[in-house]
Amino acid sequence: MGIYSTLTSIEGELHKCMKCGNCQAVCPIYKETRHEVGVARGKISLVEALLSGETEMTEGLSERFSLCTTCMACNANCPCGVRFDRIILAARAEAVRQKGLHSAKAIAFGALKRQGLFDLGLKVGSVFQGVALKRIPGRKSGSRLRFEVGMGQTKVFPNLAKRTLRSELPEIVRPAGTAKMRVAFFTGCMINYFYTDMGKAVVEVLIENSLEVVIPNGQGCCGIPASVNGDVESARVMAKRNLREFENMGADALVVACSSGGSAWKHVYAELLSDEPKWRALAEKWAEKSYDIAEFLVDRVPFKEEGLGRVERKVTYHDPCHLNRGQGIYAEPREMLKKIPGLELIEMKEPGRCCGMAGSFSLTHPELSDQILERKIQDIAQTHTDTVATGCPACRLQLASGVENADLQEDVVHIVQILAESYRAGKLEPRV
Amino acid sequence: MLSESILRELREVLGGKNVLSETEDLLTYAYDATAAMRRKTPDVVVAPKSTEEVSQVLNIAQKYGLPVYPRGSGTNLSGGTIPLEGGIVLSLLNMNRILEVDTENLTATVQPGVIIQDLNNEVALHGLLYPPDPGTVTTATMGGSVSESSGGLRGLKYGVTKHYVMGMKLVLADGKVIKWGGKTVKNVTGYDLTALFTGAEGTLGIITEILVKLIPAPETRKSLLGVFDDVDKAGRAISAIIRNRIIPATLEIMDNMTLRTVENFTHAGLPIEAEAVLLIEVDGYKEVVEREAALVEDVLQQEGAVEVKVAKDEQERERIWFARRSALPALAQKKPTTVLEDATVPRSKIPEMLKAIREIAKKYDLLIGTFGHAGDGNLHPTILTDERDKEEMARVEKAVDEIFQVAISLGGTLSGEHGIGIAKAKYLPLEFGEAGVRTLRRIKEALDPEYRLNPGKIVLRKE
Ligand SMILES: Cc1cc2nc3c(=O)[nH]c(=O)nc-3n(C[C@H](O)[C@H](O)[C@H](O)COP(=O)(O)OP(=O)(O)OC[C@H]3O[C@@H](n4cnc5c(N)ncnc54)[C@H](O)[C@@H]3O)c2cc1C
Ligand code: SF4
Ligand code: SF4
Repeated sequence: MGIYSTLTSIEGELHKCMKCGNCQAVCPIYKETRHEVGVARGKISLVEALLSGETEMTEGLSERFSLCTTCMACNANCPCGVRFDRIILAARAEAVRQKGLHSAKAIAFGALKRQGLFDLGLKVGSVFQGVALKRIPGRKSGSRLRFEVGMGQTKVFPNLAKRTLRSELPEIVRPAGTAKMRVAFFTGCMINYFYTDMGKAVVEVLIENSLEVVIPNGQGCCGIPASVNGDVESARVMAKRNLREFENMGADALVVACSSGGSAWKHVYAELLSDEPKWRALAEKWAEKSYDIAEFLVDRVPFKEEGLGRVERKVTYHDPCHLNRGQGIYAEPREMLKKIPGLELIEMKEPGRCCGMAGSFSLTHPELSDQILERKIQDIAQTHTDTVATGCPACRLQLASGVENADLQEDVVHIVQILAESYRAGKLEPRV
Repeated sequence: MLSESILRELREVLGGKNVLSETEDLLTYAYDATAAMRRKTPDVVVAPKSTEEVSQVLNIAQKYGLPVYPRGSGTNLSGGTIPLEGGIVLSLLNMNRILEVDTENLTATVQPGVIIQDLNNEVALHGLLYPPDPGTVTTATMGGSVSESSGGLRGLKYGVTKHYVMGMKLVLADGKVIKWGGKTVKNVTGYDLTALFTGAEGTLGIITEILVKLIPAPETRKSLLGVFDDVDKAGRAISAIIRNRIIPATLEIMDNMTLRTVENFTHAGLPIEAEAVLLIEVDGYKEVVEREAALVEDVLQQEGAVEVKVAKDEQERERIWFARRSALPALAQKKPTTVLEDATVPRSKIPEMLKAIREIAKKYDLLIGTFGHAGDGNLHPTILTDERDKEEMARVEKAVDEIFQVAISLGGTLSGEHGIGIAKAKYLPLEFGEAGVRTLRRIKEALDPEYRLNPGKIVLRKE
């Protein structure tokens, strides 16, 4: 039985932990709170107490388990190789089995489960924006929305797209001439509803590289927001739905431009469905051919360099946790950026440090999320760049909010948008 | 559970956020990095922000007769922060400011919750260094490492924490605040309180400010690895290096058992057939480093090393030290419980000590990996066991007894750097004798007659 089904499945991970405390050095939450419960070692000891019967599952315990951005920094710094991400996911799933989801979260994930409802939810949201989200006077990027997240703090949201990406694009987009292969694009919710510009850049770049793009209409939420919060049942429903839709359309490879989506297809689906052999096999088959967009364009089908035009940007790159530590992708995005003429890449201090977004974490722990973000924004400010590039729409949202609140003049974009910009510039440049 | 009125008093002094009293939080203060220790939850955890607040906490503790357990990052290896008798855990982590870096007198003044590495990052901006570097340099606090007088990899050349402390501010058991020391190189006014409170493991007072000495950072460094097919040869090489008047910054050893385990864990390309390897680093001015590195290489060869590797670049250097840093965690993976000892002998006795440890392992049929700061004579024989196996644990205890006896008979000590805490309290008479222990107790009782501070550690109440 997998980590999503029983808590005892992670006993081996727990045994590895020797309580050295090395995880303290890197945990973004512990750095802010300095409470032992914030760090991996503290939560590990809580799981141990739970398994030994010293304590039982309480609301309080499940609240402590929510204190983690799942950034995996502790995994990377652990001399014993403890996979804390597995421990926390298993603990949260156990909390939900015993205590049920917090009502608010249950409603959100329930809505995501059936896509029709989620669209409706967001439409309701756009009405709701008038109340909870206050329009702020825009700067160069146009008007933005501020969402009061409590404690007198605000998160700046991008506007909802007028049309979702998937309603705007056809299900199959073909390049001129013969296609090299057929690539399925899993958009994920944030790209579909907020950042359609990112989604369009993905398609544009794939087409530019003579690839046929399939965007199955029936795809939905990746299920990660549910699985990281322990709502395993909802996550399983979403996983199956996506697997079914993509299997029906068929493709040689699958790309994502979102770190949660990538983790879902590569790792989480097979684990979620590990107790159902048929589904598991399907999940493993798709995991094999799933790629992050940067990984795909650097390692699988190297993007063509002829036709790249100058992009005069000073760029700093933020590593999304689930791309960098989750999927081992940190070299590819940089390689991509370095090949773009005119672009200067300037690294920030600790580019791999969590931005504090972590999906619903930023809404359930707004104050902490903001403190973590503040450090990131300071590091960005020190680079004196004009653009922050990243590889995930969730990081983009968080960073854009931080940049806006700090009054920095930085564009915050996905790297694939810069690549698309470069191809576009190439078309305008005189040929030599 | 404490009464609501005590909690209210604490909250009034510290603010609600800095007083933790829910079980879910308390459970995470029941342990530190020490293996095979019984866990014990405190009644409350407080995190003051100033000396004044610490003093008020001690007043409240005195009023209600509560024990107080100071705590930094909880990475010590002797049970030093476990709240054996419940009561108050006093976390110093909120006092984490570097108050001053004085580049003319080469000193820094810090609060106790500052992480060692953070101090080093700050002084590095001025080309300076605070040398004590325990394996936990990125996590351990200044207060905790001063209280343990921690050593580290650089101990051979640069000494240990106690060589860098110049003064302190401290809250006594009765809440009174004292302060002494200063930036002068010389100071013989009164008794040497710095020596008394450094390494006191929180049993005599709560440190709330520390003045430390800094040194100019060495210009460059070079690392070498010497491979030996015989432990005695490795031992003789250690003495030969020193005899040739070279004091490397670092001189470490790993035995065969440790090597195999580390290699299996890190795949760093270590020679698993070797009986022992020495890991050496020399540092200083470029010219001196080149000369010393060449000399060390010669000495190793003369002493019969089957292979000597010199790290060519930062990457190779990092590989060597990564392997060394992985020694303990790698060993810890082999069995559920890792009993790490810290017995230390004069450096010339290292071969004898290594041999004795091997015999003890055989005698009690135990897995023991040994590594450590060979240049300091500070070995870490590490017993791999399973605390659930009662019979084996009984043998472990006998083996530990014997390791201590051998260390002391060779002119050594129970603990080089990890402290006494709970883990080694019962062995104290072995080293000090009855009269010696009585003297320690009289010091303890003079400063803390009610055993308010960290009770159950080092000096126990007379039965
Ligand atoms: C993997 C690993 C490697 C290690 N390597 C080394 C090494 O190379 N060399 C070495 O010497 N040690 C080593 N240690 C031991 C440990 O890291 C050090 O002793 C460290 O300095 C303890 O710092 P801390 O902040 O965690 O203190 P804690 O563990 O929190 O406390 C240590 C002791 O100090 C007391 N204390 C803490 N703060 C104060 C204060 N402000 N006032 C009074 N008393 C206080 C506590 O009550 C306790 O008795 C290692 C430990 C681990 C887990
Ligand atoms: S770093 Fe790893 S082994 Fe050490 S306390 Fe954290 S999780 Fe445990
Ligand atoms: S995953 Fe990140 S936030 Fe969670 S405990 Fe580890 S380091 Fe801390």
